[in-house]
Amino acid sequence: MKKEKIRIGCGAGFSGDRIEPALVLAEKGELDYLVLECLAERTIALAQKRKLQDASKGYDPLLEKRIKSLLPLLVKNQIKLITNMGAANPLAAAQKVIEIAKELNLPLKVAAVTGDDATQWVKNSSTHFTILENGQALNDYEVISINAYMGIDGILEALEADAQIIITGRVSDPSLFLAPMIHEFDWQIEDFDLLGKGTVIGHLLECAGHITGGYFAEPIMKPIEGLENLGHPFADIYADGSAIISKVKGTGGKITLQTAKEQLLYEVINPHEYYTPDVIADFTTVKLEEIGKNQIWVTGGTGKAKPETYKASVGYKAFYLGEGEISYAGFNAVGRAKLAGEILSQRLKPNFETFRIDYIGLNSIFREEFSAKMKVEESYLPEVRLRVSGKASTADEASLVGEEVEALYTNGPAAGGGVRKNINEVIGIVSILIDRNLLKANVDILSA
Amino acid sequence: MKLYEIAHSRAGDKGNTLTLSLIPFKESDYELLCTQITAQKVQEHLQGIVEGEIIRYELPNISSLLFVCQQALLGGVTTSLAIDTHGKTLSYALLEMEIAYTNF
Repeated sequence: MKKEKIRIGCGAGFSGDRIEPALVLAEKGELDYLVLECLAERTIALAQKRKLQDASKGYDPLLEKRIKSLLPLLVKNQIKLITNMGAANPLAAAQKVIEIAKELNLPLKVAAVTGDDATQWVKNSSTHFTILENGQALNDYEVISINAYMGIDGILEALEADAQIIITGRVSDPSLFLAPMIHEFDWQIEDFDLLGKGTVIGHLLECAGHITGGYFAEPIMKPIEGLENLGHPFADIYADGSAIISKVKGTGGKITLQTAKEQLLYEVINPHEYYTPDVIADFTTVKLEEIGKNQIWVTGGTGKAKPETYKASVGYKAFYLGEGEISYAGFNAVGRAKLAGEILSQRLKPNFETFRIDYIGLNSIFREEFSAKMKVEESYLPEVRLRVSGKASTADEASLVGEEVEALYTNGPAAGGGVRKNINEVIGIVSILIDRNLLKANVDILSA
Repeated sequence: MKLYEIAHSRAGDKGNTLTLSLIPFKESDYELLCTQITAQKVQEHLQGIVEGEIIRYELPNISSLLFVCQQALLGGVTTSLAIDTHGKTLSYALLEMEIAYTNF
């Protein structure tokens, strides 16, 4: 039966997000749907690596923790969960959820949405793929994973099968929100204006604490109360594609025109054409209005026909990162740190094609030229931390960076302290386009 | 006057591209931002950070500007050696800009 209004909450905006805002939403939010968006570009490549090591893994490492605490509330309040915590292995994630449901003695229907993993398909294909960012050939890369940003199709199929928990792999973030709107309001998937509106609403919600004032806060110009207890948002969405965005009473944070505007423009490359697999949305027709405390009314937003291709993220073996850090304080701290930087530059130069020296507290963030414009008196800095980072082709080579920093303990300059060293295998991400007719969403339904 | 006194901003990233929103606290200041904070001025201001072209989008519907900056993240989020690979901190570099502000 067609509904007039649904309420969707967003309880997580990235894989490392807090657990309890979703619990508050599930307990007190009177939700129809809860979305947990937990999958960044690189997260899925790391998950693919875990899956290669253990075929029963490769889903979000926090899945168990999140689901165990949420499931009783979801079942009690009849809330459907849509999440991309399946990462590289939605099926194993769904099996894990079933296992948890059985332990808790809760009846449950779980859907695993797959079809995004194009790694084998591309490797076996004779098509020549070009990297979008630099025009190079895909064959030049040591590929770990290829995952396409899928749209609403698989989630819609899972909703039609009445699954209560829907676990996807790589799906475009707004699609997680758009699919239940289409399902409940009976929107036509070719009605691109409505899909554009729904995509705007999804985009406003998808970063969770962004729109409730968390990442917005600044104590002087943009003070926000209760950040330690930040509420995550929900939206009352109407069949005409308008919505009111709000949060649970008593939670921290604030939803205002300003927080909504910051989120609307977040990571937008072209506001006239915001590409998703479902629609190309236009954000320049969106209207936002503050209609009450913590209540933003969203109207407008339009769209045009969806792209013919899926964008896919390619995870590849990039390099080994070697890092080392050491601190200096007191008289001429910057001078000693810079001397240490020079020493390290000379010693690392023969072994590293690319390395970088940062002075944390002075110019590690805004980079040297811009930081210099900010006119800080270097001699007044009470302390500065030298950071050296370099790219290497093996972990062994990378370890040299940290070792050289550590060796400053006896070789000087004076009074360097607090050395930390680190080696990390870096996975790079680039993109390719895949004809959308060549990838098909797949849905498996499991029951407890 | 510094930009952070009349406007706020958030940075976003896509590959080696940096996005910077610019939103006045008072919607009545939108025209002032449109006039003074041009793509060219931002390009000059962010010299040393943004190496590529900067495109400015005007969004009168929400009284906000959006700057899309190419080649701004030292090669890109996933392979840069910088501490802040995403450039999340760079919104406050934009807000360091000077603006001539007269409150009539």
